[in-house]
Amino acid sequence: MARISVDTGKCIGSAQCVLAAPDVFDQDDDGFVTVLDSAPSGEAEATARTARGICPAQAITVQD
Amino acid sequence: MTSTDAAADLVPFMMRRPGAPFPPPEYEDFRTKPGLVKAALPSGETVWLVTRHEEVREVLTDPRISSNPNHEGFPRPSRTVGAPSADDVPGWFVSLDPPDHNRFRKALIPEFTVRRIRSLRPAVEEIVDRAIDQMQANGNTAELVEDFSLTVPSLVISSLLGVPKVDRDFFEEKTKVLVTLTSTDEERDKASEHLLRYINRLITIKSKRPGDDLISRLLQGGLLTPQELSGVSMLLLIAGHETTANNISLGVVTLLQQKQWISDDRAIEELLRYHSVADLVALRVAIEDVEIGGQLVRAGEGIVPLVAGANHDPEMFERPHEFDPSRSATGHVAFGYGVHQCLGQNLVRLEMDVAYRCLFNRIPSLEVAVPLEELRFKYDGVLFGLHALPVRW
Repeated sequence: MARISVDTGKCIGSAQCVLAAPDVFDQDDDGFVTVLDSAPSGEAEATARTARGICPAQAITVQD
Repeated sequence: MTSTDAAADLVPFMMRRPGAPFPPPEYEDFRTKPGLVKAALPSGETVWLVTRHEEVREVLTDPRISSNPNHEGFPRPSRTVGAPSADDVPGWFVSLDPPDHNRFRKALIPEFTVRRIRSLRPAVEEIVDRAIDQMQANGNTAELVEDFSLTVPSLVISSLLGVPKVDRDFFEEKTKVLVTLTSTDEERDKASEHLLRYINRLITIKSKRPGDDLISRLLQGGLLTPQELSGVSMLLLIAGHETTANNISLGVVTLLQQKQWISDDRAIEELLRYHSVADLVALRVAIEDVEIGGQLVRAGEGIVPLVAGANHDPEMFERPHEFDPSRSATGHVAFGYGVHQCLGQNLVRLEMDVAYRCLFNRIPSLEVAVPLEELRFKYDGVLFGLHALPVRW
């Protein structure tokens, strides 16, 4: 299981995390990232890692 | 290599793509060299070319590297390549660095959330269906670039901005002039002036009678001035038109070459990666000394991170020159990377998806009407694409 945290100050609302890991991330009404599941496991954890890798603002941290 | 080397010893930039939608073959050679490659622009200015995926991402996220063309040394490959600065056009926020850039991004991202873009699907479908109706009404042949690929994004943007339906023909006609090969500079300048005047009038109208559209909401949001909103609207129009059209047309050709066409999320990502139409769009300049890929880049030196180079880097994507709709192309940088990554990317994905689904479902016998080697690609434009795409059914 991994711990997910996001830096909303860095977020640019590109929503790449929402597309890559819809069970873990969402956007609020202003378009900024929100975390739906801060301790994903299995498939959701894998998608969260993908999201971290493609976030253009490098706003996602995944802690083991 | 130092900046005192004679320009004659440097590789000339820009390179042409070969006779297929692949990046210039020189990029493969550059990628194997240590450091970056210094190239000479036609003006004699030199720039650093970046072709490896990892380093393209580094350049696009390093705060010591700027998007602001006002900085000394910002690359100017030609008259048509290179953005105006936000001093020239208020609201031209692609040319701003953080923190100046942040206010614009913040104002605009609610308009491009995944939810908002999904809600646009029926409107995009209606636009695409109408374009196909028109093509079918005209017979069993069409020139897809003009009749479809340019029409769809123009109408989508006009709908997004809140251009009334009665004005959409005018809007479409003027936007096409901006991107059509045969337009003269004078015609382009005139069309651009007409559009700007129209958008300014629209902003005045929307400030008195707001509607359910981007311009009205941004006016009410109060983060941007009406003058900035005018620049933002022109930017959205220019950034979202030819880029999307080129992706749609190239995608039709590539998907038709597959025995069985597929349009799903993976195929769309792979099309974006494979064609990388905006290879030359991200121009940068170092504002402090910075080391990229072991190469010292001095403050004031221009940098061109080549998106098609990154997207065809075999370290990142195996068999990069192969179109493989089953691969995961996630991580491609077709929309750039960093804070300037394309704001409208999810809208582009939607437009491509709807375009292919409707085209291939409604016209299953669609085929390219000329041998593939006769297709006229935009080999020397800023954006890669097709000048024309004759089709029949």
